[in-house]
Amino acid sequence: MNKPKIAVHKFSSCDGCQLAIINLGESLLILSQLVEITHFAEAGALDENATVDIAIIEGSVSTSEDVTRLQKIRDNSSYLMTVGACATSGGIQALRNMAKTSQWIADIYANPAVIDSLDNSTPIKNHVKVDLELWGCPISQRQLLMAIRALLFGVMPVEEHDKVCMECKRQQTVCVMVTKNEACMGPVTRTGCGALCPRVGRDCYGCYGPAENVNTQAMANRLEGLGLIKDEVARRFLFINSGAEQLHQQVQRWET
Amino acid sequence: MFFQTDQLQHLLDNLQAKGYACIAPQVRHETIIYDEITSVVQLPQGINDQQQPGSYSLSANNGSKYFDWANGPQAIKPLLFAPTEMLWSSTRNADGNISFSAVEKSEKKLAIIGARACDIAALKIHDLHFLQQQFVDPYYQARRENLLIIAVNCSHPADTCFCYSTGDGPFVKDGGDIVLTELQHGFLIAAQTEQGENVLSKLVLQESTAEQCAESERIKSNASKQNRQLPKLDVKSRLFDELDSETWHTIAEKCLSCGNCTSVCPTCFCHSENEVPELDGKSSSHYREWDSCFGQGHSYIHGITIRNGTSLRYRQWLTHKFSSWIDQYGRSGCVGCGRCITWCPVAIDVTESVAQIVEAP
Repeated sequence: MNKPKIAVHKFSSCDGCQLAIINLGESLLILSQLVEITHFAEAGALDENATVDIAIIEGSVSTSEDVTRLQKIRDNSSYLMTVGACATSGGIQALRNMAKTSQWIADIYANPAVIDSLDNSTPIKNHVKVDLELWGCPISQRQLLMAIRALLFGVMPVEEHDKVCMECKRQQTVCVMVTKNEACMGPVTRTGCGALCPRVGRDCYGCYGPAENVNTQAMANRLEGLGLIKDEVARRFLFINSGAEQLHQQVQRWET
Repeated sequence: MFFQTDQLQHLLDNLQAKGYACIAPQVRHETIIYDEITSVVQLPQGINDQQQPGSYSLSANNGSKYFDWANGPQAIKPLLFAPTEMLWSSTRNADGNISFSAVEKSEKKLAIIGARACDIAALKIHDLHFLQQQFVDPYYQARRENLLIIAVNCSHPADTCFCYSTGDGPFVKDGGDIVLTELQHGFLIAAQTEQGENVLSKLVLQESTAEQCAESERIKSNASKQNRQLPKLDVKSRLFDELDSETWHTIAEKCLSCGNCTSVCPTCFCHSENEVPELDGKSSSHYREWDSCFGQGHSYIHGITIRNGTSLRYRQWLTHKFSSWIDQYGRSGCVGCGRCITWCPVAIDVTESVAQIVEAP
């Protein structure tokens, strides 16, 4: 039997999620026995146009060339999953969506005409059908392997979308918001990281994006109650996943 | 009976000699958590807690008492109903069949020191739920049978406490093995079970004096004066009468639906189960973990999420805790510990929510 084929594609991103795959250690060896990795430029395999069973996409769409390349990948794959904040919400670089792109290009580059940059950095789902989104900056190796394993079994991957608070409590991590007045984004952020930041006593900054059924308005009100000024409240919702709609709403509401 | 404060270390030593790990309160991460100790110096001596809706802090009072505080985020619940645990594992054999393996039962003997009346009231509910229904939970049972409880009567309820109004505190009625009352210069001690008697028999005790008993009564009377209480109405039927109340929506505007309340609640027992396969697909482990009625998965059935918004989820929590719980377990699921109030990141007060709904005209 032929092994299922997997391709890893990169768009606008820092490569951290690809590194998370390369750093899988022993699991990467096991994975390579289960599947054929046809394209993964960062790891050396090059066959961008191969037809595959699973396409894994890192990065956001930020140039016109990205759009056509992405469409080809979608046409060539049965299942498409995005990995990381960039591919799933537009990433840190989506902060530029609030600036006037043509203006800053003109301000910075000697010859702006050679710069191919779309006005906005956008998530993959804005352009093609996405079958599964794995959030995080970077993604959790555990979640990635669980998703691939599920697909190899022929079942749908289980989506984890509880709030980080649930993960904190399961690990008996003490709430940093209640004890230290930290502006922790855990109550609106999707779990998957294993409550990495609260576990070491600091506030969650929301790198896993919005959880299901989030109340970002109440969250923002609470942050103001903790003593944050309006701009600071807005900034808590900017950072890594500013392109996510539920977070962006609060940016618009609080930005002065 | 009475013992001097300096005998407390003997109690720990005796328990350890009997093979118990002593799980006791200690100051960690700006709160009081229960973990293993070997010496009384690890106890939170001269420490007070200040609790308000959405806020918890500690301060030193330079006193000598070890239990001069109300509670921390957890006590007995995680020791018996583990937040995450493997229930069984399975392996695919060469012939294609699957064999299942049980998880070895816990044989670790634990003595919890400093459980409060609310914690013990909650423990009784969990015993009823995990041990006295049609099916016994073997994981809970193994740990429960190895647990010795040394309870401490409360002297300083927090602002968020309301155990007096639920009838569960501030003093322990029964359900501990040993109950302590901390006085200015020692402890009153009483056994409530045979196991407790055995531990007591190894200690050097004195008959308690009338003065010490009077001091204990004063402590009880003071600790019963609490700032919060539940409405004195028929909460059970009033909540069911108000399923369509606008108040559910008003609360939902503030509620983060984060599940902090249900996780710190000593009686909430909901869990989810999930399968964690090895990458090679040859074996898999089956886990259960704490779940919450504030999460989507809790009411997801065959492609439909029954409670798809916060007002329905909050309503589910409250009507179960205060109403349908009575049909299931013969009493309300609230023991008045106030943890859901303190540990709610947006300071929602459950006594206020109940009152708003049941006192509506």
